[in-house]
Amino acid sequence: MQTLTNRSKMVSDKKMTFMEWIYLPAIFKGMSITIRHFFGKKATINYPEQKREFSKVYRGQHVLKRDDQGRERCTACGLCAVACPAEAITMRAAERKPGEENLYREEKYAAVYEINMLRCIFCGDCEDACPKEAIFLTDRIVASQYERKPFVYGKDILVEPLDLNLRIDISARQTEAVHQFKLVKRYAHNK
Amino acid sequence: MDLTELIFKTVFLIIIFAVTLVVAMYSTYGERKVAAFMQDRRGPNRAGPFGLLQPLADGLKMFMKEEIIPLTANRSLFIIGPSLAMTTALLTGVVIPWGGTLTIGGREFSLQVADLNIGILYVFAMVSIGVYGIMIGGWASNNKYALLGAIRAASQMISYELAMGMSIIALVLTTGSLSLHDIVSQQHGLHWNIFYQPLGFLIFLTCAFAETNRAPFDLPECETELIGGYHTEYSSMKLGFYLFAEYINMFISSAVIATLYFGGYNMPFIGSIGLSPNIVTLLGTAFFFIKIFGLIFLFMWIRWTLPRFRYDQLMNMGWKGLIPLAMFNIVATGIYYFFTELK
Repeated sequence: MQTLTNRSKMVSDKKMTFMEWIYLPAIFKGMSITIRHFFGKKATINYPEQKREFSKVYRGQHVLKRDDQGRERCTACGLCAVACPAEAITMRAAERKPGEENLYREEKYAAVYEINMLRCIFCGDCEDACPKEAIFLTDRIVASQYERKPFVYGKDILVEPLDLNLRIDISARQTEAVHQFKLVKRYAHNK
Repeated sequence: MDLTELIFKTVFLIIIFAVTLVVAMYSTYGERKVAAFMQDRRGPNRAGPFGLLQPLADGLKMFMKEEIIPLTANRSLFIIGPSLAMTTALLTGVVIPWGGTLTIGGREFSLQVADLNIGILYVFAMVSIGVYGIMIGGWASNNKYALLGAIRAASQMISYELAMGMSIIALVLTTGSLSLHDIVSQQHGLHWNIFYQPLGFLIFLTCAFAETNRAPFDLPECETELIGGYHTEYSSMKLGFYLFAEYINMFISSAVIATLYFGGYNMPFIGSIGLSPNIVTLLGTAFFFIKIFGLIFLFMWIRWTLPRFRYDQLMNMGWKGLIPLAMFNIVATGIYYFFTELK
């Protein structure tokens, strides 16, 4: 019979030899293997204290960016919600009132912006769809919860802090290649 | 027995009781750590430093669990089962000599609760009654898996008790006494029985694994076939008792093996240094515990190395392998002593 791989072995039901029958050599062999692992390097990472290094393009919890003056970039156009394959994003738009120019970048903004983290598949399509460079996926991990409700993240969690030092770094995802890609797609008006 | 000795024995008994429980408790922690280390993991390390409070958390969890007694179960036997398993497991520690003698205020106190002249037989009796805990529990559950587990446990224990007893007979031939105290005091220095009875030691060790229902002989509780075996229907602290009794049994068997084959509390070359007798006794007890912990580690090491035997293999090994071997051991020892004594 022709085999698919060269790893297949014939199974036999032959009588055990004496050395096999007394089991001891095999037992000692097994014990020497386990004791080597006993002193060997552990594969586990102590998660909250110690974090595994993520790849540069890791897609974790979202951030809604502010611009340099601390204004929210999102204009509630809804393109991310349309692009989302899991239908995780909902939003409600509102009009900017006079005197709120320091809060919102353009005349329209998202009064409510929610991402259901249980539905989200972290594909990053929202990021690609966004014409205002407002939403990005970051290397942060979505924390576990005991209930479903807290998994619906609102603007209080998603929008990054005003403080310049506490801004979320997304430079890894804003490479030159991404810029070029967005230029081609006629997003130049946003620059 | 006067009052002072009575008080000493009582206090000592309580200490032994507490130590047994604490060691068994931390054996669960040790088991999880050893298992994890052998599988390249870290094991419990969240509760307290190095996860040292984990056994407390586990115990608390067991107490908090809902207690379920099945409607069709025999209620009284259902409760007697785990109690019996726990009681017999704890009773054995009485005859083990935990150390030499302490001299307090000019009086000598032996670090052994009861020096029975048939110490080994007492151990065997208790181990045999331990089977009833499992059998009654499995029977009272009124569940076929529990019953199958109980039957397996009973037949396995009875089969291996034979070989175990025979390996002890050979040992008794060399020591000439059934008292554990005498057996230990004969093994002073490095005259450990393991050097005189290597085959007997191997047989005894194998049987000890089978008697404590530990891997690779843990067929009575094998999860894949019997969903937990005799404790399938148990929950809460009654399940905890069964699991805990297993660890106590492991500790006591290690103590018995250390006593019978590794010289008990004897420490080689300790007498020649010239320390005071009390310190020698305490050091001996510490050394005894080191031996016990080493053997407990061996139990765990074997468990996380070997796969479980098949039932027919188990029975074949017990009846066709170990018993003839133990008989041969008795005859060989007997012949040896017959000819050496003649001279």
